Amino acid sequence: MTSLPLSRRGLLGAAAVTGAMTLLPGIAWAAAATAKRFVFIIQRGAADGLAVLPPLGDPVLAGLRGQLFDPDAIKLDGFYGLHPALAQTAGLFRSGEARAFHAVATAYRDRSHFDGQNVLESGGATPYAVKTGWMGRLLPLLPTQDQSALALAPAVPLALRGDRPVATYAPNRLPQASDDLLLRVGALYDADPQLAPLWAEALKTKQLAGDIGGNGGRNGGELGKLAASLLVPADGARVMMIETGGWDTHSAQKARLAAQLRGLDALVAELKAGLGPAWQDTLVMVATEFGRTAAVNGTGGTDHGTASAAFLLGGALAKGKPVAGDWPGLASGSLREGRDLEATGRIEDIATEALAAHFALAPSRLSPLFVPRA
Amino acid sequence: MAGEKSIALDRFGLGARPGDKPDADPRGWLTAQLARFAARPPVLAAQPGRPELVALFRDYREQVSEMRRQRRQTQADGTPPDDPLKDVPQMLRRGLREAYVGATNARLASALQTATPFPERLVHFWANHFAISADKLPVIPLAGNYEFEAIRPNMMGSFEDLLAAAVLHPAMLLYLDQAQSIGPGSPLARRVGGMAGRMGRKPGLNENLGREVLELHTLGARTGYSQADVTELARALTGWTVAGYGQGRTARLIAGDPGDGVFAPALHEPGARTMLGKRYPEGGAEQARGMLRDLARHPATARHIATKLARHFIADTPPPAAVARIEQAFLSSNGDLPSVYRALIAAPEAWAPGSGKFRTPWDWTVASLRATGLAQPPGRQAAAGLLQQLGQPIWRPGSPAGWGDTAPDWAGPGALMTRVEVAQQIASRVNDGVDARTLVTSVLPDAGVETKQAIARSESPALGLAMMLSAPEFLRR
Repeated sequence: MTSLPLSRRGLLGAAAVTGAMTLLPGIAWAAAATAKRFVFIIQRGAADGLAVLPPLGDPVLAGLRGQLFDPDAIKLDGFYGLHPALAQTAGLFRSGEARAFHAVATAYRDRSHFDGQNVLESGGATPYAVKTGWMGRLLPLLPTQDQSALALAPAVPLALRGDRPVATYAPNRLPQASDDLLLRVGALYDADPQLAPLWAEALKTKQLAGDIGGNGGRNGGELGKLAASLLVPADGARVMMIETGGWDTHSAQKARLAAQLRGLDALVAELKAGLGPAWQDTLVMVATEFGRTAAVNGTGGTDHGTASAAFLLGGALAKGKPVAGDWPGLASGSLREGRDLEATGRIEDIATEALAAHFALAPSRLSPLFVPRA
Repeated sequence: MAGEKSIALDRFGLGARPGDKPDADPRGWLTAQLARFAARPPVLAAQPGRPELVALFRDYREQVSEMRRQRRQTQADGTPPDDPLKDVPQMLRRGLREAYVGATNARLASALQTATPFPERLVHFWANHFAISADKLPVIPLAGNYEFEAIRPNMMGSFEDLLAAAVLHPAMLLYLDQAQSIGPGSPLARRVGGMAGRMGRKPGLNENLGREVLELHTLGARTGYSQADVTELARALTGWTVAGYGQGRTARLIAGDPGDGVFAPALHEPGARTMLGKRYPEGGAEQARGMLRDLARHPATARHIATKLARHFIADTPPPAAVARIEQAFLSSNGDLPSVYRALIAAPEAWAPGSGKFRTPWDWTVASLRATGLAQPPGRQAAAGLLQQLGQPIWRPGSPAGWGDTAPDWAGPGALMTRVEVAQQIASRVNDGVDARTLVTSVLPDAGVETKQAIARSESPALGLAMMLSAPEFLRR
């Protein structure tokens, strides 16, 4: 596995983008065998499915969510709604270009971000059992010319790791501080009771990356534009992972999640706009490591939970209900451990089915992607 | 004593410069600055005047409405609307934005060059106390003018003059909707009320400014005034508006040079008003002025201002003794601001060793540039862009309450990381000849041994400088 960081300067401007893309290994000057593109948007930090895709028809919802309950949710069907910040995505639902899946999760049933993301990305049944990622194992199954993979991240994320090379590109507002400076500053803050915990949190967030919620959602839009510009060229990326962080809303969730979702909405809208006709050949999947508690906590937020919602988007999605899922209910007897939305669907099934249809592969050929659950 | 010199330079001032040496008496050094303060230093003299700034907004508005008219006409002709027109307002807004960016650069230049950093910090304090926010289009070009013409020339006089200058400046009148507030019984409302009322656009009272004057500018929240007091002040303030902004019939009733804050009798609600139990007879423009004067002298105002000054200059939780001392100076001098500032300098709590305040993004940026001698922010970012990234866009707090003034408002994980990133950028712009080991003894003489060691052990001069700007001691004042 090789990581090839691309310089920001090399990617500015359309001409430069084409030039930079020739750096992508294995695909230089090759004509694409198919025009199919796959994008995985990971929501690191556990996105709150009950707020993103509120089950408005569940009579318990409003009472459990208290101040987090949003009466302005956009109705998707007779039962589910969509967070109002996802207004452009709602349009995609109406045109059959978006579908959602509720009460879904990976095989992981604990509440650590890092372990949960490890399972979501590796496709394993338990944390750290598999060293490569399911996207990385997808690449060899695709035509050689379609194996060009890119991560919008400073390093290759686990999901894309495998035996094929992957390029990385980290969009950044500011030149990143050198690791050396970060290390030395950390040592300097170590004895400071105010700065030490802030710094620990800052480093963690930095690793989780992807501030899409900033700048009124425009950061998300810029990321979507960038992603599209890297996917459109004939020799551009065909498999891409986009990192988004900031979903860990333990406090003041209402405003923070709305900002996050405005960013995600703009990301999706700009991605579609930038892809133009290629949107018809693109499949996008959005998923998170786990969900959040059913009830609001004492600080206007929610804590780590179990099941959440996942999304598929694209110009040629298989037909289906706008929201699929076997709804477990939110009554206290139905909640997992009395606190979390129970998982009734599997993220790996959603991915397998969608990828098989998208790349016209028999589902059995995709069996290396996910380790069967015990 | 190094400690007190640093307090004078950093806590009262805007951060030490390498050559800065307050004399043996830091208190005297601060007091002397009060008399030497230049309200209009050369660096601000080149700023465009109000007529020019208002013309920018009027041009913008005219072009937008002309564009809309053309578009309607085009569509009426049956031709499809021209797409490129969509971007025109963005382009037109550039003029407003340039005026704003120019003013923010001037503000920063003044903060970097000033010979009187204590009063310069007071400018920033008062601009935030009487906050406007350049989120509203007409406020954008006037934001700098507000600080340069309402705050700076009046903050060495009495609080009542400063209050009137701030509240009645066109930027404030526009920001808090006073410019559109019309007395329901005013001549204008009586004349147009019938017709406009039938169209559902009855002109009326807007309480926004009246409420914020009581809650934010003078007495403070929950100090005993009532909704009736808010309404009465709002009624008295009707008539105060901005010339050259109205359109159509209203515009002809408002005399004055475009962009001036003026009193238009036709908009004023006639009659006597009662606020806080006192009766104010009808007096046109003087009615609201009289109310502002009484509010400025109110004991609750003295307490409010004293608390905010102590919080800004001493600690997030202001020591009650210091508040009482400043409050007393305010009351006994009838709000004479230099007397208040002298009481602040005299407060022993302000000179307690240790850093009481976490620097805001603005404070930290100014201190970093002063310490390293850079004349402007690194890269191509103007002051406006940098402060936006650091989380404190200049003159844009987004609320009439202004920016928060305590550590939790600014000490966040993401904000801290951004500072360290900017510190590295600044350090990389500074000439390699600057040795952080020497610089730290001059601008941060009280830095702890860990910080000094960490700087000394840095593997490059730039890294050492970035360490100094990121050091816990440099993040505070």
